[in-house]
Amino acid sequence: MKRWHAMFAAVFLIAGTAQAQPIKVGELNSYKVFPAFLDPYKKGWELALEEINKSGGVLGRKIEVVSRDDNGNPGDAVRVAEELIARENVSLLMGTFPSHIGLAVSNLAKQRKIVFVAAEPLTDKIVWENGNHYTFRLRPSTYMQTAMLIPDAVKLKKMKWAIVYPNYEYGQSATASFKKLMTKAQPGVQFVGEQAPPLGKIDAGAVVQALVDAKPDAIFSSLFGPDLQKFVREGNTRGLFKNTVVFNLLAGEPEYLDPLKDETPEGWYVTGYPWNEIKTPEHQKFLAAYQAKFKDYPRLGSIVGYATMHSVANMIKKAGAVDTEKMIAAMKGLEMSTPIGPIVYRAVDHQSTMGAYVGRLAKKDGKGVMVNWRFADGALFLPPFEEVKAMRKD
Amino acid sequence: MTSSAIFIQFLNGLASASSLFLVAAGLSLIFGVTRIVNFAHGSLYMLGTYVAYSLIQFFGRGPLGFWGAVVLAGLIVAAFGALVEILLLRRIYAAPELLQLLATFALVLIVKDFALWLWGPEDLLGPRAPGLGGAVEIAGRQFPEYDLFLIVLGPLVLAVLWLILTRTRWGTLVRAATEDREMAGALGVNQKWLFTSVFALGSLLAGLGGAVQIPREPATLFIDLQIISDAFVVVVVGGLGSIPGAFLAALLIAEIKAFCIGFGYSKITLVVEFIVMAVVLVLRPWGLLGRMPAQARGASALEPPMVLPTRGLLGALAALAFGLALVPAVQTGYALVLLTDMLLFALFAVSLHFIMGPGGLHSFGHAAYFGLGAYGAGLLVHKGGVPMEVALLAAPWLAALGALVFGWFCVRLSGVYLAMLTLAFAQIAWSVIFQWDAFTGGSNGIVGIWPAPWLSSKTAYYYLTLAACLGGIALLWRVLYAPFGYALRAGRDSPLRADAIGIDVRARQWAAFTFAGLFAGLAGALFAFSKGSISPEALSVTRSVDGLVMVLLGGIQTLTGPVWGALLFTWLQDVVARGVDYWRAVIGGVILLLVLAFPQGVTGFLRERFSR
Repeated sequence: MKRWHAMFAAVFLIAGTAQAQPIKVGELNSYKVFPAFLDPYKKGWELALEEINKSGGVLGRKIEVVSRDDNGNPGDAVRVAEELIARENVSLLMGTFPSHIGLAVSNLAKQRKIVFVAAEPLTDKIVWENGNHYTFRLRPSTYMQTAMLIPDAVKLKKMKWAIVYPNYEYGQSATASFKKLMTKAQPGVQFVGEQAPPLGKIDAGAVVQALVDAKPDAIFSSLFGPDLQKFVREGNTRGLFKNTVVFNLLAGEPEYLDPLKDETPEGWYVTGYPWNEIKTPEHQKFLAAYQAKFKDYPRLGSIVGYATMHSVANMIKKAGAVDTEKMIAAMKGLEMSTPIGPIVYRAVDHQSTMGAYVGRLAKKDGKGVMVNWRFADGALFLPPFEEVKAMRKD
Repeated sequence: MTSSAIFIQFLNGLASASSLFLVAAGLSLIFGVTRIVNFAHGSLYMLGTYVAYSLIQFFGRGPLGFWGAVVLAGLIVAAFGALVEILLLRRIYAAPELLQLLATFALVLIVKDFALWLWGPEDLLGPRAPGLGGAVEIAGRQFPEYDLFLIVLGPLVLAVLWLILTRTRWGTLVRAATEDREMAGALGVNQKWLFTSVFALGSLLAGLGGAVQIPREPATLFIDLQIISDAFVVVVVGGLGSIPGAFLAALLIAEIKAFCIGFGYSKITLVVEFIVMAVVLVLRPWGLLGRMPAQARGASALEPPMVLPTRGLLGALAALAFGLALVPAVQTGYALVLLTDMLLFALFAVSLHFIMGPGGLHSFGHAAYFGLGAYGAGLLVHKGGVPMEVALLAAPWLAALGALVFGWFCVRLSGVYLAMLTLAFAQIAWSVIFQWDAFTGGSNGIVGIWPAPWLSSKTAYYYLTLAACLGGIALLWRVLYAPFGYALRAGRDSPLRADAIGIDVRARQWAAFTFAGLFAGLAGALFAFSKGSISPEALSVTRSVDGLVMVLLGGIQTLTGPVWGALLFTWLQDVVARGVDYWRAVIGGVILLLVLAFPQGVTGFLRERFSR
């Protein structure tokens, strides 16, 4: 008799857990290779996950994230993703940071027919030339962020521009977009010097000197991280920035701005994230929760992680089922709010309209800050639908 | 460029040359005496920058605080280096050549995670040097005072080292050991302390080299591997063990880089040092100021002859192959994906072992042929519109062609010079693929190269990989026991005698190099189709080093070692990376343990154990 009881109990238990089984989301990123950006990113999605599950999860089920390190190379990333799909039975994938890994995983998602929400990769190709049915991307792309800086660049009416960029996809496409957009907006603009140091290995003294010798009126740069820090210090010492205005993608993001401290070059035009000055209620709420949980301030990576996780939850909620095609249908045109404003995942190319803050750098108490900033809505800096459709092959 | 601009770029080159020289001098010293290829030299440099940064925070930014911190950082790193030598390297001097490399590679992993744990992920930009923070006007331009200091520092260190090496008893001993280690030992020189002190001095130079960069660059976690490749290039171009050579090489490379940038060819800086190295090694096989190294003698030089595998071993291998063929009957999920990876890396490792072990050609750039195979497959499908099956068969021949061309130059050299030339060619191939956007897809690589539909299921692709890899491995092993293989080993063990009995050693080595390239290419092509995409990482230094680690881990002197090494390493990465935050350090720790416990490699240990 007792044995029967136990068996009944067991059966009920199994049935009970089956009903409330969590929805598994596979997450992969290059945590060990880019920790400066990805530690805050991880905290971001952890906070979002906690919020989602505290409010009861989605469709009555909790969300469980299975997170993996992809070792910073596409081969391992694909293997890790296969593991998440085959062994962990995840319902969708999210994450990735460098462009080539984003593209490799997006391609796998297409092959295995699983939804992939790309969080960080900036490459334009992931939604355009190599875009596919299964891949969506949150962050504003290289093209969008470059386009956000163009209005200010045009206003200055500088004719001679020099360009410096890290020699790989991101730097190359930022440079190409900048040249294309500038030439269109300001005919007759000249590009007098171009420096493409290897990523992470800039020979800053020689590069700064070559730029000084090119005598440009303005400089467009897409450097970041250690390259940016070396470039800024040499440029300050050698007086490159005294009479030359600089536009630098991403340099206002806390990840890249904070290490500059008292070296911060004043007056640069940048895209970034002035976290302590944004007073909108949705951001205040996010900021308070983040600081309470982690005793640290958020970086841009935190916003990206947070918004990616919520995108996933909202997609499932809207789809009403954890089914790939239903989720894709739901994600197309999904509208939601993020700490930095509302976004839409465009149906045409699966790109979100997340924006970025555009402003100028200044020093305050020996630290770099963004001043005179404004929010640039991503929706306004995307090419027209016809152009996008022509680029996408599906 | 105006003449004043040229002059300033020349000064920039001098400042960079000094920085390069500091770190390269230490590496050259260590190699000259101990014959250790110290992969961890860049990690010592990185520790130098981090420790100096922290000390400056602690002491304050005054002149005393800054310079005190720089010197103290150097000393701390020197002490750390001495500890590493005493606790780790000293135990494995008698192990086969290159095993120390494996130990220092493990250290790289551990130090990196240690730095991440202690200093956090953010880049740490230190203060400017007090008193040298500004710029002076030279030729109408602002030139940093600190760079002038560096320009003086390099020659100063060179002079001090030269005095120590030529005017002190210790220096005489170091030179004697560089010239002929065994003879110095036979004459009663206490080698233990000589080695420890040389390692400490080398570490001091690395630590100082890192610390003096504080005003020029931030402390970051990337720096170790960047510096180590630069330092290796300088040391080899200059001639191993030659300090003046290292100075000359640093000067040459730094100036060429500065002028590439000055004249607007900045893209070439990605690879220019490797082009310089390849040219120098082809023209002057022992570097600018190096001399032909004395033949190494002693316990580690002689390898036991390879014996035919026993019936038992063959039976066990056949059983294993049969077991692998049955796996899809029980497991169809991720196990097959992981096994596919393991199998193709096993083929890659065996092909590397083919030239490294029996061939005696230590290749540090074997990933080039893996990558050429992978890209060959990708490009044939993507650009050529060739069916996948054809691409898979054709791509390895592209890799073999690459090996044929590169190998012709490489087999003219030996030892570490050969290793570095293979590395140089691999880097040149990598940079061409990395930069040739229109053809190879540049840094993004090529996506969308999947197997043909009938092979696209995990099971089908697993069987394809299993057949190709087992076939490849069997063929490579069979060749080792053919007359060709015996001739190859004769050439390794005694080039002179082999030559005397009519074996054209160089021709055999060249053929072996090409043959190994073919199978590395096959592994690469299988890799490309299993991932559906391919990027320049496939032929990066990391991939080459992974191959080395697999071979050394399993045991370079054994036949089957590379297979177990590849399986173990791939499996470790998969399991540890999933379960542990600081997984790099854990893998490093496991490798260290294995190195200390089984200096002959895992298989070598088992063989010794059971043959008793």
